[in-house]
Order: sequence, then C-alpha cells, then structure tokens
Amino acid sequence: MRVFVTVGMSFMSKQTIYNASHRALNAKMVDFGGWDMPIHYGSQMDEHHQVRKDAGMFDVSHMTVVDLHGEQVRPFLRKLVANSVDKLTKSGKALYSCMLNENGGVIDDLIVYYMNESYFRVVVNAATRDKDMPWIEKHAADFGVKVTERRDLAMVAVQGPNAREKVIGLLSPDAAKACGKLGKFVACEADGMFIARTGYTGEDGFEIMVPETKAVEFWNQLLDAGVKPAGLGARDTLRLEAGMALYGQDMDDGVSPFEAGLAWTVALDEGRDFIGRAALEKQKANGVPRQTIGLVMDEKGVLRHGQQVFTASGEGEILSGTFSPTLGKAIALARVPAGDLGNVEVDIRGKRFGLRAVKYPFVRDGAAQEGVLV
Amino acid sequence: MSEIPGDLKFLKSHEWARVEDNGKVTVGISDHAQGLLGDLVYVELPSVGDTVTMGNASAVVESVKAASDVYSPISGTVVAVNEALSDKPETINEDAYGEGWIFVVQPSDMDEINELLSPDDYAELLEEDDH
Repeated sequence: MRVFVTVGMSFMSKQTIYNASHRALNAKMVDFGGWDMPIHYGSQMDEHHQVRKDAGMFDVSHMTVVDLHGEQVRPFLRKLVANSVDKLTKSGKALYSCMLNENGGVIDDLIVYYMNESYFRVVVNAATRDKDMPWIEKHAADFGVKVTERRDLAMVAVQGPNAREKVIGLLSPDAAKACGKLGKFVACEADGMFIARTGYTGEDGFEIMVPETKAVEFWNQLLDAGVKPAGLGARDTLRLEAGMALYGQDMDDGVSPFEAGLAWTVALDEGRDFIGRAALEKQKANGVPRQTIGLVMDEKGVLRHGQQVFTASGEGEILSGTFSPTLGKAIALARVPAGDLGNVEVDIRGKRFGLRAVKYPFVRDGAAQEGVLV
Repeated sequence: MSEIPGDLKFLKSHEWARVEDNGKVTVGISDHAQGLLGDLVYVELPSVGDTVTMGNASAVVESVKAASDVYSPISGTVVAVNEALSDKPETINEDAYGEGWIFVVQPSDMDEINELLSPDDYAELLEEDDH
C-alpha cells in the first residue's frame, strides 16, 4: 500500500504558539505551507461533524495578518484589490476580495477589515506570504502607507452553531455585549482581542486574533468551555462543502476571478483603476474562456484534485475534491471550458463516472443546499 | 496501537496475509496503515475471479484525505471480496485485522508466503519508521 499523505519535514517548519498545545492533544502534525500544523487530533470526520453540529476550533495563526496605516490607506486598497473597499464605511466591517496581478490573475485572496480612515487590517494566506508582502509593500510605498505584519498575534477560528455562545461566555460583560451584537462579516476589539464574525466553514462563529502572550490561556479556556480542537483536514472538508475557494488549488496567478467562480468579488465600479482591471474588462468583452462548476458524484467513490472531467464543451479538471462527510458522497469544484455542460463525467483510475453539476455552496449552516442531494 | 495477531504475514507496504485452514489466503491492510490513512470512506474491491500478482495493486482504499493502492501479498485468483466494505469502509478503521479484511486469494504459489515479514519483523519495521 502506498499512502499518498504528505507528512512534511516538521523540523524545518515554522511553529505557531499553539504547537505544544496541539501535541498535548495528540494531534497528527503535517507541514502546511511551511508551517507545522495539526491535520487532525484523532478523527478528521468526527472533527468535521463537531463543527457542523456544535463548536470546534482551529489554530489559524499561520495566516498572515497585516496592518495598514496612513492617510492614503483607502486609495491604496482601491488600487490593490478587485473588490471595492468603498463598500466599507462602518468600523469593523470586513470585505472578501482577490488581489490581482496586471494580467488579472489571482495573487491571493484576502479579507480586508476597515477600522478607521487611517487604519485597515488585511489577512492573507500563509503559503503565499512571501510573494504577498513584497507586492503589498511595493504598492503601499506609492501611497505612503505603512505596512506592519502582526506576527505577535495568534489566531483561532471558533466555528459551529454553538461557537458564538461559547466564546461570548468567556468574555467580560462589556465585551460580551459588543460581540453578541456583531453582524455577519463584522469585527470588533474586545478584551484586548480582535473578534470577527467570519469563518471558512459555512457555519456561524468567530475568528479571533489574540496577543501571543495570552493565546494559550485563551485556547485552554475554550477547551474548558467544551470547544473541541479541529485540524486542517476538517477545515478543508468544511470549506469545500461551503463552496469556499482554496488559494493554490481552486485559483492561482494564472486564473482570473471570473474563471474561478469569484466574479461576485469583483467590483467594476466606475472610475476605480485597480490592478488587473484592464485585463478583466478585456476578458469580459472577449468572453471568459473557462468556468468553475460544482459537482456531486452519486455513485460511490471520491473526487480528487487533478482528475479529468468531460463536458459537452470540452475537458477540464477537478480543482478541490473530497468526500463530503455531511452529504455522504463526493463533491468537487472543477474548472471546465465555458459553455454548455451536457452530461458531465469524470475519469477515476481509467473508469468513467457520471456527475451532477450543481450550484454551490453544497452545505450551509449544517444543511445540504437545494439541488445538491437528489 | 492494537496487538498484531501472530498468524499474520506482512508486506513492507503494510498489507497483511493470513493463510486459512483451507489453504486460501485472506488479505487486508495493517492497523498502522489505517491509522496513517485516517477515516476511510471508500474501498474499490477487486472482482471475484480476478488474477492478482504479489506486489501489484489489487484494490484501492480511500480516506477523506488520500487514496492508496493495496498491493496483494500473494499471487493467485480472487475467490471472495468483502462486499460489506462498500457500505461500511470504516470497518477497516475499527477492525483492520478482523472484519476489515478486503479479499481472499486462492494462491497459485504458496511458497510466496515465506517471502513475507513475520509480525515481529513488521513491528520492528514500524519502529524504525518512527525514527
């Protein structure tokens, strides 16, 4: 038997402040984007269900938090990202966007938080950090914006139908009140932490940035409150069920947001000259050559990255594919030529299987979405 | 880790073989292997009547995170497959050396069994892998 699991060279990996906490909880550690991270703590499947049914927490401290300060922060971000930060007017409000190169390819996807007119916060991916930072710094210089990477902050995502309640129970009365009122995709500063009602699982919950000096204590409080740790394995199956793209797998520098199913994150608002806009407008005028579709396999089997997909308009491939623990069958995102799909098939080890193209997300708030199950 | 039954023989690649009283050989994957794979969600079984060759891919086990070929520890003809795994692949996680068997072979060359690792040698191999 050959096990195609990449167990990284942990001695070369960076560690988050929670490394010892993971090991104490018997985590199976793997290399992820240069970081020594937990893939599961015993059962990826149990952790997945825990988040869908109750509350789980993920160490996401490997992600890159960047603070942007200066009088010209808003004009800078209007240039840097494809979504429009002009939508951000209320302090704490978050926006999901892609950061594009001049060809309209995705350098990274990120979340921007608006704090005030001279302070925005951005969270980018871990594995892309080394290309993101020089790109951001280069363009920030034109606007006199100061770029500060916040390696002093740990980050924990607490997700699930009971996640907010469990976090709020640990806060001071004032902080609890502020966090209880937070709308979706809004953050606030409370008890010395940055608490955002965001996530990457399709469940309600918070993503919490906490100073490293207090981070382990906070993690232990969450454990005591009954929040179970969940690894990157469950995070991947949860986000795919939620139809959320993974950078490097579902899109990259050679793919436009239009081809990646992320057209909804592009604002072609009047008079805003963001990087990559000209290329996107050209692509739109000429016709977007490829599309990203959601797929469900009703037969037994597992869809995987790289499998070949056949449609009436030509061949494509599976981007992210997995067995969905919530649905009990395989799901995937695939990139295929634009046009009619006809009967969609996949090649798995030389055999063809029929697939159903469906709208995604596949799962939201614990439930299969319409049309996903037959 | 669970105890390795003394009547099993192993390939280095983590498959086990047990010679039954009737001379047929039952095949599965080790408890260590199921632990590496994690929660199994799919097993692609061979068909009864298939010819298998020692060391060649003869079945596929898939967990949420990975797909793996299962190599046959012995050559011969497949005479039974564990159909129950189609609906309950997690049986391999729960009982790798028992209810989680994958297929049964009528061997064409029983001498091949002598080329496999004893339980002690296999356990030693796992220990070396840990270092």
